[in-house]
Order: sequence, then structure tokens, then C-alpha cells
Amino acid sequence: MRVFRLHVNGDPVEVAAPEHWTLLEVLRYQLGLTGSKQGCDKGDCGACTVLVDGTPTLSCLSLAATVEDQQITTIEGLLPAHRAAGGEGADPLQESFDESGALQCGFCQPGMILSAKALLAENPDPSAAEIKESLAGNLCRCTGYTQIYEAVLAAAKADMHAAISTDSAKEVQS
Amino acid sequence: MLRLPKFEVKNPATAEEAVAMILEIEGDARFIAGGTDLNPNMKHGLFAPERVIALNGIGELQGIRLDEDGSMRIGAMATLAEVTKHAELNQFYPALCQAAKLVSGPQLRNMGTLGGNVMLDTRCQWYNQTYFWRKSLGYCMKKDGSKCHVVEGGSKCVAAASNDTAPALMTLNAELEFVTTEGRARLPIADLWQADGIWNKKLPHTALLVAIHLPKPAANSHGAYGKLRDRGSVDFPLFGIAARLNFGSDGTIEDAALCAVALQARPWPLKKAASLLIGTHPGKDDFNDAVEKVANLAAKQCRPMPNIPGDHEYRHLMVPVFTRRTLHAAASDEGPVHHV
Ligand SMILES: Cc1cc2nc3c(=O)[nH]c(=O)nc-3n(C[C@H](O)[C@H](O)[C@H](O)COP(=O)(O)OP(=O)(O)OC[C@H]3O[C@@H](n4cnc5c(N)ncnc54)[C@H](O)[C@@H]3O)c2cc1C
Ligand code: SF4
Ligand code: FES
Ligand code: FES
Repeated sequence: MRVFRLHVNGDPVEVAAPEHWTLLEVLRYQLGLTGSKQGCDKGDCGACTVLVDGTPTLSCLSLAATVEDQQITTIEGLLPAHRAAGGEGADPLQESFDESGALQCGFCQPGMILSAKALLAENPDPSAAEIKESLAGNLCRCTGYTQIYEAVLAAAKADMHAAISTDSAKEVQS
Repeated sequence: MLRLPKFEVKNPATAEEAVAMILEIEGDARFIAGGTDLNPNMKHGLFAPERVIALNGIGELQGIRLDEDGSMRIGAMATLAEVTKHAELNQFYPALCQAAKLVSGPQLRNMGTLGGNVMLDTRCQWYNQTYFWRKSLGYCMKKDGSKCHVVEGGSKCVAAASNDTAPALMTLNAELEFVTTEGRARLPIADLWQADGIWNKKLPHTALLVAIHLPKPAANSHGAYGKLRDRGSVDFPLFGIAARLNFGSDGTIEDAALCAVALQARPWPLKKAASLLIGTHPGKDDFNDAVEKVANLAAKQCRPMPNIPGDHEYRHLMVPVFTRRTLHAAASDEGPVHHV
């Protein structure tokens, strides 16, 4: 056993787990964060994607012992972060996946949303090709992808509208 | 669910400390970089080290920089994503960036390192399988068994070098800086490989790759990488080929290099074929004629085997196609070449 000092969804956590466990195992079986899915467990599907210092990373192939100093974001962290930043409802990507019907069984969704989250953080106005490219490591066996791409595009637009309306509100005020 | 074997994890701060930590274990111990090759392999029971030594805390393995003599130093822990995005690397060593960009998918390029890609284990459809799968078929010579399912009666494992960046680094005459028990040494990448699929490197797994050095490029150096694969993402190469072409001031090809991968245990340099391009003029008939000859010769010299998934006769038919396309792409700076 080893005591891992992790930073998960903004909180420091100390958690004891076998030293050889993956980050995914620690998240799911020690911290109860089952939003990150255990699909193929060997790098093929992207269902276990989390953000490590903002970068999409496969938690099934990451040893917990190698991410101790980094910020880990799982799907469970998005809504609280959105609310803490003064937002309403869920994260715009979560809302948009819901509204666009971008899921059927939902198994791929946490990984898809986190890959998309990292894309929008770096590139708030992505093209369809850029969206496709950034989701190329996330497999979906149900939807056929079209609505997933649409959901990300819609979330980007919603984000931009929100940003533009706050900017113009500020301009009006000043 | 695939479980890792039990091991302890060490987090050294220097290269020398890492080498000392791998040597002090009597049984097996392994370095781990991005873990995108080692972790699946351990989950499949292909390695069961008692100790895993994480390289991510070693400062000198990080980063990409231009050295004073005009060469580039890429730390072994530089990720494939970093390589892909690096401006000078894209400008001067396009084949390397194109190959890195075609490795797997985005998350694996964020995690996977260039050092790990060079040191990648060879691959075979009879080997990269779960323990249960391998056991059901009576194992094979590379792990736990005694026969080869690819070459019946064969005495040597022919599992394929499948690292996309290796052929690009071969055409660029990269040098590898290692720390071993004997200290520090630099090795031309062409001298790393041996024709043994069980372990295709001349150095043992306890040698630590610290950095990849790329010599200063010639003034007018062009390159491209071509990759045949099933899908547009995630898949390992069914065939890969890297090209470098150096143009003289009048546009004549003065030097050329070609190297293929996903054939046998070693990346496969095509020296004679590349030499046919020297003295020709891209954009003119002599170059186009030479490219056809090179493509035909490549098809003679590259013989895909049923070691990796995919129809090997189809892969063979694609050798001249991808050789031709990659050379034209290198000459016109239009790589990479891939079909999806
Ligand atoms: C689904 C999937 C698809 C993939 N597709 C491709 C592909 O298309 N093309 C491709 O080339 N690869 C592919 N890979 C393999 C892998 O992701 C990359 O090759 C990656 O670059 C490996 O780097 P790493 O840092 O993760 O290596 P690790 O897994 O950390 O290490 C790989 C090996 O190298 C050794 N090693 C690592 N660093 C050093 C060092 N500095 N010194 C000495 N030894 C070292 C390790 O001990 C281990 O044996 C794929 C993997 C998966 C899971
Ligand atoms: S080539 Fe494949 S089947 Fe033959 S020994 Fe090597 S890994 Fe096993
Ligand atoms: S569960 Fe990690 S990639 Fe499939
Ligand atoms: S919705 Fe089922 S896998 Fe994507």
C-alpha cells in the first residue's frame, strides 16, 4: 500500500491504495468516482479519459504514483467548477450533450466531454475538423458521432455567446 | 478489467539514480515513461516486474531545445504531442513531426513519449494479447512458449518494430544518448537495432535513454512520413515509411534517405533504393521515373509477414503505393501520407 497525495477536482486528497494501481482504479474503487469508465482498460477506447493539468489523459494507463503533483479533473468535477465560477445548471458541454441527444448508452460520454473540455479551453472556436481530431481517441459504439460533434459545436457557440454577452454587458455598463 | 501485476514504484530525480534503481533489483525491473506501451503489456502478463521506475521526475529527460551547434536535443520524456507541436521541429524535421502526429490518438500522444516510442517493444498478433488468449494457443517463443506461429519451425522471433517515429529518426541520422552502468554514451540510432523480435535492441532494458539528438539539418532538407493503417486514428502501422530529401541550390537531389517500419524486428532502411533519387530533379521526369524505380525496389525489399494484424499480401501491395506517395509528398512538402 502507498498513501497517494492526489489533487482531484480541486481538492487535495490523501488516499491509501496498492502501489501498482492505476489512476482509474484509485478514482473508481478508492474514491468512489465512477464517472470515469473502465472500458477496454488498455488504451483503445478513451472511456477513462480524465484531465491531468488540463490535458486529456487515459487514467487506465496512468499509474497513480506518477500523477501525485498534478491537478486531476474527472467528469464529477465539471458541474461544481461551473457553479463555483458563478454559472447556472451544469457545464455548457454537459447541457449541450443533453440537448443535442449526443448519447445513447452514455458510456463514452464522460471521456468525450473531458476531451472536448480541453479542446474548448485551448480553442474556444473550433472548426468541425478540429473537433473531430480532438475526439479521435474517444470511441462511441452507439451514436455514430454526428450529434457528439454537433454538441461540442453548440457548446462552443453557447460559451462564445455567454462571453460576448458578458463583454457587451460590461461595455454597456461602462 | 485488466489488472497490473504487483510492483513497487520508484520516483528517482536523476538519470544516474534511475539506473542504480533498475540495477539493484535481482529480478525484473522496468523504466516507465508515458506507460502507454508498458502498462498494456503488463496487463497482458507480458512483463511482471517487481519494480517500476517512473522517469517523469527527472529534469534532464524533459524538454526540446536547439543546441549551440544547430542540433536539436529532444529529452526522452518529451511527449509525442510536444514533438508534434514544436515549431522548429516541424520546419526542419517534418517527417518526425508527421510520424509523431500519426501515432495513436490524442490522449496517447499527450502521454506517450518520444523515448518510449524509440524503446517500444516489438509487436505481433500472437503476442499482444491477454494471458488467457495466449495460454489457449500454447503461447509463443517471445513469451512463455517455444514455437513461432508466424514462421512455422522458425528459430527466431520476427515480431515487428511498430514505432512510427523510428524510421523518421533513422532518416534523420538521430543519435541516442544513454546512461548505462558504464556511464554516458551516444549511439547512432541505426546501431541500436538487432534482428531479434524478442528484444530488438543491442542495449539491455537497463540502459536509460536520456535524449534524442538530431544533427543540424542541411539548408534545403525536406521530408515526409507515410502510414498505412485500418482507421484514421488509434491504430498501429500496418506499414510505415519515412523519407528525407536534401535539395542542392539548383533543386537537384543531393542526398536521400528512406526507412520502413512494421515489417520485421528492426526498422528497415532502404539505402540502395534511396540512392536512385540522387541527381534527379523533383518536378521533372527524371525524378518521377526514379520514384517508380524506388517504389518497385521497395516492394522487393519489404516483405510484410503475418506478424501484425492485417492481410500481409495487401500490406505488400501497399508498399510501392505508400513509397511513391511519400516521396512525392516529401518533394512537395505535402506530407503526411495516410489514406483516411
Ligand atoms: C491503443 C494504442 C495505440 C497505439 N498506437 C501506436 C501507433 O500508432 N504508433 C506507435 O508508434 N505507437 C503506438 N502506441 C504505443 C505507444 O503509445 C507509443 O509508442 C508511445 O510513444 C510509447 O511511449 P511511452 O512513453 O508511453 O512508453 P512506455 O510505455 O512508458 O515505455 C515503453 C518501453 O520503453 C521503455 N522506456 C521508456 N522510456 C525509456 C527511456 N527513457 N529509456 C529506456 N527505456 C525506456 C519502457 O521500459 C518500456 O519497455 C499505441 C499504444 C496504444 C495503447
Ligand atoms: S513472431 Fe510472433 S508468434 Fe513468432 S515468436 Fe515472435 S511474437 Fe511469437
Ligand atoms: S478504458 Fe482507458 S482507454 Fe479504454
Ligand atoms: S453513447 Fe454508447 S458508447 Fe457512446
